[in-house]
Amino acid sequence: MRRIWKLFLLELLLEIRNKSIIASLLLFQVCLVMINYFALGMLPESKIASVWSALFWITLLSVSVNVITKSFSSERLGRGIYLYSIVSGVEVIFSKIIYGFLISLFVSVVGFILFASILSNPIQDYKLFLLTLCLVSYGLSASLSILSAIASKTKNSNVIMAVLSFPVVISIILEAIQITKNCIDGLDMSASYDEIILLSAINILVTSVSYLLFPYIWRS
Amino acid sequence: MKKSWWKIVGVMLVGYSMVGGIIFEVPRLAIVNETIRALYFHVPMWFCMVFMFFISLVYSIKYLRNPTLNFDSKAVEFANTGIIFGLLGIVTGMIWANYTWGSPWHGDPKQNGAAITLLVYLAYSILRQSLPNPDQRARLSGVYNIFAFTTMIPMIFIIPRLSSSMHPGSGGNPGFNMYDLDYQMRMVFYPAVIGWILLGIWVATLRVRIKSADMKIINIEYEKNR
Repeated sequence: MRRIWKLFLLELLLEIRNKSIIASLLLFQVCLVMINYFALGMLPESKIASVWSALFWITLLSVSVNVITKSFSSERLGRGIYLYSIVSGVEVIFSKIIYGFLISLFVSVVGFILFASILSNPIQDYKLFLLTLCLVSYGLSASLSILSAIASKTKNSNVIMAVLSFPVVISIILEAIQITKNCIDGLDMSASYDEIILLSAINILVTSVSYLLFPYIWRS
Repeated sequence: MKKSWWKIVGVMLVGYSMVGGIIFEVPRLAIVNETIRALYFHVPMWFCMVFMFFISLVYSIKYLRNPTLNFDSKAVEFANTGIIFGLLGIVTGMIWANYTWGSPWHGDPKQNGAAITLLVYLAYSILRQSLPNPDQRARLSGVYNIFAFTTMIPMIFIIPRLSSSMHPGSGGNPGFNMYDLDYQMRMVFYPAVIGWILLGIWVATLRVRIKSADMKIINIEYEKNR
């Protein structure tokens, strides 16, 4: 357990000292929000509310996928072998999932603040929305980490990563959009229980599959 | 002949289901009327697809525990056969939908779920193509096969059931108890499912044999030219 924490701290320290990934992705996010604003800013507020959900999740998805896939593709060969001799695969994948989750959550919250301030803010139930952001960040992190581990071994890994990741994120985003719609409509939290349970189930399923399968990927 | 009895049984069952599907009587239900006969062709495709993907999963697991390339080629060929059945299922569904729902593609959750399932396994093929080393290819695609099956197939079947769908019997099981299948329909339906599954296994095993024959030819050529 301590090893997972140490590995996570390693990733975090590397990121803080060398802010390349988080800075570039925050900039990317700001650019996307700007584009959304230019495209839609002149519409009346009611029209924005109907597309807000779609734009938000598209922006969030592209930024999150980029941020999580960088976690494996930036591994240099020597470091990989060094880590292999010290720690087991399970610890590596858990530290990467947790790190990806926190980064993705940070990016999502920043994205939401940007969206809410620049475009209008139709969300009425903040707690539920925050819960959705947490669940989606974890789900994306868990599923994309193991897929980027697979894709990083291939030749043209970016294309492969996009192809492999699309179906997995579809089911997560589908539920998230449904919950967002409930948030915008101002429904009670109990109306979204089905989707929340489904998202949690997806998270648990993906985590357990990653835990079981990662050692096989890591051997080479 | 002794070892191929099941192939003949498969062909006969499919032939029987085709003939019986057109000739036997079917119960009349609202909206679907006579097109309920498409049940004999559309639903067995999905059963076959899931069955093929399941066998592919089993061989992937077997490969990861005991790395022999034979398991890997079986896994990929069963997955390919499953993709074909999936495509056939979507096409038959579109034909059926055209007559009952009015247009071939309605954005129905089950249709979308089926399309996403096919995308998952097409991604599997693309992943295999981009890995040149055979052992690495077998290992990584085996891992992706397990990941894809265990996370996607349940999701694709559960999510449409939760949301309202135009498919008959949504909210219930995907195949059975759909129309109060009376015994007349069951008499054609179950043999159809078994027949198509047997045909699918035959096609997949043929492809595996072709692949291993190709490998042998390549090896012999290589030995000759050394």
